Amino acid sequence: MITDMNKSVKKHSLIFLITIFLFTLLVTFLSEPFGINFISTSFVKVLGKTLCLCIAAIAMDVVWGYCGILSLGHFAFFGLGGYMIGMWLMYERTSIIVLNSLDDSQLPFTEIELQEAIGNQIFGVVGGTEIPLIWTFADNLYFQIIFVILIPGLIAFIFGWLAFRSRVTGVYLSILTQAMTLALSLYLFQNDSGLRGNNGLSGLQNIPHLENLSQSTISILFLWLSSIGLIFSFVIFNYIIQSKFGSVITAIRDNETRLRFFGYNVEIYKLFIFVITAIITGLAGAIYYPQAGIINPAEIAPIASIYLAVWVAIGGRGKLYGAILGAASVSLLSSWFTGGNAPNIPLGFFTIEWVNWWTVFLGIGFVAITIFSKGGLIGMLNTLLVKIK
Amino acid sequence: MKYLLIILFSLLSFNSAFSEENFDNFLFKNSKLIINSSSKTVGTFLEKINVYDQNTVSRFLNLWKNKKLFYIKETKKIVLISKFDNKTYYAIDIFSNAKIGKKKKKDFKKIKPNSGVRAKIATALVNFQIFSNDKNKRINSINALEKKILPEHLKLLRKAFLLEEDDRLKIKIKKLLQFAILQHGTDDKEKIKVLNELKTNTSIEVRAVLSKLLRTSEIKVTRNIEDLNNLNIAQIIKPEVISKKQFGEVIKSFFYKEKLKLSVIDAYKIAQKNGFLDKRVSLNELKIILENNIVDNKILGIDIKEFNENSKRIEVYNKLAKIKNLNIYRDETELLNDLKQLHFYKIYIEKNKYITNKTKQVLDSINFKVKFYKYLDLFIDGLSLSSIYFLGAIGLAITFGVMRVINMAHGEFIMMGAYTGYVVQSYITNHTLSLIIAFPLAFIITFIAGVIMERLVIKHLYKNPLDTLLATFGISIALQQLAKNIFGTQARPLTSPSWLDGSLIINDDLSISYIRIAIFVLGVLFFLILLFVMKKTRFGLETRSVTQNPVMASNMGVNTEKINMLTFGFGSGIAGVAGVAIGLFSKVTSELGSEYIVQSFMTVVVGGVGSIWGTLAGASLIGFLQKFIEWFNPSNTLAAQTYMIIFIILFIQFRPRGLIALKGRAANDN
Repeated sequence: MITDMNKSVKKHSLIFLITIFLFTLLVTFLSEPFGINFISTSFVKVLGKTLCLCIAAIAMDVVWGYCGILSLGHFAFFGLGGYMIGMWLMYERTSIIVLNSLDDSQLPFTEIELQEAIGNQIFGVVGGTEIPLIWTFADNLYFQIIFVILIPGLIAFIFGWLAFRSRVTGVYLSILTQAMTLALSLYLFQNDSGLRGNNGLSGLQNIPHLENLSQSTISILFLWLSSIGLIFSFVIFNYIIQSKFGSVITAIRDNETRLRFFGYNVEIYKLFIFVITAIITGLAGAIYYPQAGIINPAEIAPIASIYLAVWVAIGGRGKLYGAILGAASVSLLSSWFTGGNAPNIPLGFFTIEWVNWWTVFLGIGFVAITIFSKGGLIGMLNTLLVKIK
Repeated sequence: MKYLLIILFSLLSFNSAFSEENFDNFLFKNSKLIINSSSKTVGTFLEKINVYDQNTVSRFLNLWKNKKLFYIKETKKIVLISKFDNKTYYAIDIFSNAKIGKKKKKDFKKIKPNSGVRAKIATALVNFQIFSNDKNKRINSINALEKKILPEHLKLLRKAFLLEEDDRLKIKIKKLLQFAILQHGTDDKEKIKVLNELKTNTSIEVRAVLSKLLRTSEIKVTRNIEDLNNLNIAQIIKPEVISKKQFGEVIKSFFYKEKLKLSVIDAYKIAQKNGFLDKRVSLNELKIILENNIVDNKILGIDIKEFNENSKRIEVYNKLAKIKNLNIYRDETELLNDLKQLHFYKIYIEKNKYITNKTKQVLDSINFKVKFYKYLDLFIDGLSLSSIYFLGAIGLAITFGVMRVINMAHGEFIMMGAYTGYVVQSYITNHTLSLIIAFPLAFIITFIAGVIMERLVIKHLYKNPLDTLLATFGISIALQQLAKNIFGTQARPLTSPSWLDGSLIINDDLSISYIRIAIFVLGVLFFLILLFVMKKTRFGLETRSVTQNPVMASNMGVNTEKINMLTFGFGSGIAGVAGVAIGLFSKVTSELGSEYIVQSFMTVVVGGVGSIWGTLAGASLIGFLQKFIEWFNPSNTLAAQTYMIIFIILFIQFRPRGLIALKGRAANDN
């Protein structure tokens, strides 16, 4: 019975992975640089970004749908990943520009002159010239990639260790994670946080050392990166969930106290899940923001993390592809409706302008899904399929 | 005294013996000076008019200062004008007010003294008005003096102090006289007497005058330490190498105020300006000199590619300097050595050491008292911030604290309350009346909204608090967007009644705005009402019973569904009323609620869920803590908020149930 179920799950996963792969391939053939130029570069970027959001969504699904921790702070990890990679992108690009401008002088520049010029370029907007300590390794891509993993992981570890150890659970934990997110975004809003305050990091779409490639080519590269990232994280999470470890996690969700009496060290399990999902979310952010081009503290605001939970709930929690469905559909629809592309609906006495009314309907629809269909869209689809059969 | 008065009056009457005609003539002679006045030339003119009748002169000066004067282009006679018809005007004599002619509009020209001239006139006016018989004029002149006391006013003030008969004015003049003595007096004994008198005065102006006495020169330098013996030294400064800000120093500057530092470079500049040391070559100048000496991409035979380090540049430059007889480059530690034989210091402008010491002593004792007021002010700041947090969280104290429902739309109820206030105000212009209507109306509207929400949504989700969180978030974003669609995105005004404007001024350091007092009073009022409802009424009893044990309550005949509905409505209604109050001091926008939501939840959690006292304690802790952190670093409220939240996260570790934790059966966990 269990092996049967495992087999069907494996089949589903395989189908899913192949779908993602084929989808990416299809977009590539429809794109400008590698195909028939049917899809614009900006839309390729939107698709790439959506894939990254899907990664964050499955991480959220694992921590919430499977482990029962409603974290309202995972988008902060997403943003942190973006900040870490953004530091390298910005520093490297600025240093290239600065090097070019310094070439004019007769004597070769010294290291100190170079640092001052870069500092002036990057931190001029916040009235600083010195490069802060946290940028020490910004000139090294490998270090910054390690930070993409390390910083969200470390913050998740410290926070999770403190919270789980004192047995903060349920809604209290949600409020606490939300407080953490608020603290982080408020901190980043300061001008002397060392990350350019509310200006954030910008110009991230210009990848250093790839100046010869056009933005359209880069967008396809990042689409593939995002899609590989999604497949990679799906495989990892699927593996975790299918293992015995996964059963323990689901059990924690269903009855933490009983599991504790069985002798399981519940805190370690929760901490592991909290940290690994934070790391994966951070990595997703690191792929997302080079496509978005700019990151600022407003992205990290608590509401973003709640939206992440909303996507997962709409898609269907407790199913990885449910989370992906939710994130992809809601984020794409949101940008379509609020982008002013959707046709307005004239009702005679009143015209529904989607730009203004989309959020209202999204909110109401979300309430309806929470009350009537705990399984989200995937749950509805499944019941529909069962009825047809 | 009497004799003095008599002499003075006789002088005055003698002055008026110069008839008005004389002054008229005088004006006529000097009309060019008046018409083309500049702040440089006007001084001598103003000194000359001292001899004429005071009333006449002050009237003239007032007219001049207020740009009321005109002159006739042909004759340069200075007159007033009044309109006859559109093109013709009467010319009016300044002194007799008689019409002396009718001329075309273009024949007149306005005299426009610039601001410098007007300031000079204003000081001159003081002399004429301080002895005036008209009390209002005396008050005006004293008020003018308050802004700036010049050395020549000292005599004037002494005389005025003797002559003044009005008691209140006399006190004011005495104060000004004291300031004048301190600033411009020549008698040291008198100064010390005044200093002793001012010991107990904590007002800002006294402090300003005292610190003026302690003004220092710019940094000076000398080689002989003996030179310092006869000077009134304010400070001896040691130059130091100032490195880049390290993490440790950042922390240190958080706790200590930085002292005056003198970097080696600045010190060297001062020393060089005073001729004690040779000119120093800076790194930039060194680079330019090197660049000027490039021959075939080489300097002194060394390829320029090697010059990518400062040490190499300096090494080669020093060689070059020896050849070309230039100043050798010296780095900061070497400069510090050079500077060791010099002494940098600041002196007080006041030469008498005894006076500066006495001033310092007096200022210290004043500052000690001022510090007390500062702490009191900090306390009041904390109190008012706490009441704001309390207002934000008070509805949650019911819905979350008592019912354990996570209502993410709580902030939107606050917003609804605030918008209710705005709408009422747009119909009823009397601010007081509109507030009286808005408070109950906001309660009714949000009560109904709360009841509807409980019936439609929350009722289905009592068993699953996490789902409640998400569903109410959905409502929250829908309501926020709805408000945006209705009221637009710009902030709407909700003006407080005029009797809430202004503030209660206790002294220069301590003033409390009435709106803060009102919010504090409202907070206390809400607290008492809530406490009364929950502890003393049937409804409160039933609510508590339903939340503690719904099955048992139902068995005892309590209609649990109805109680749940009413309790949620009550909590929402309270949030709405709080919203009106919050709208009075912050902008009413659709995002008003979301600014309060996270802090409100934290307030309840920190205070202890389930207890209204807990919410009060939580709000107090968070409010005072934030002000306390801000006090260390006043420029940065964002940082204060960040640290406060981190503190709260840590605090929850040690008291997971909050400050006031429920015990026994009331504390059933979910």
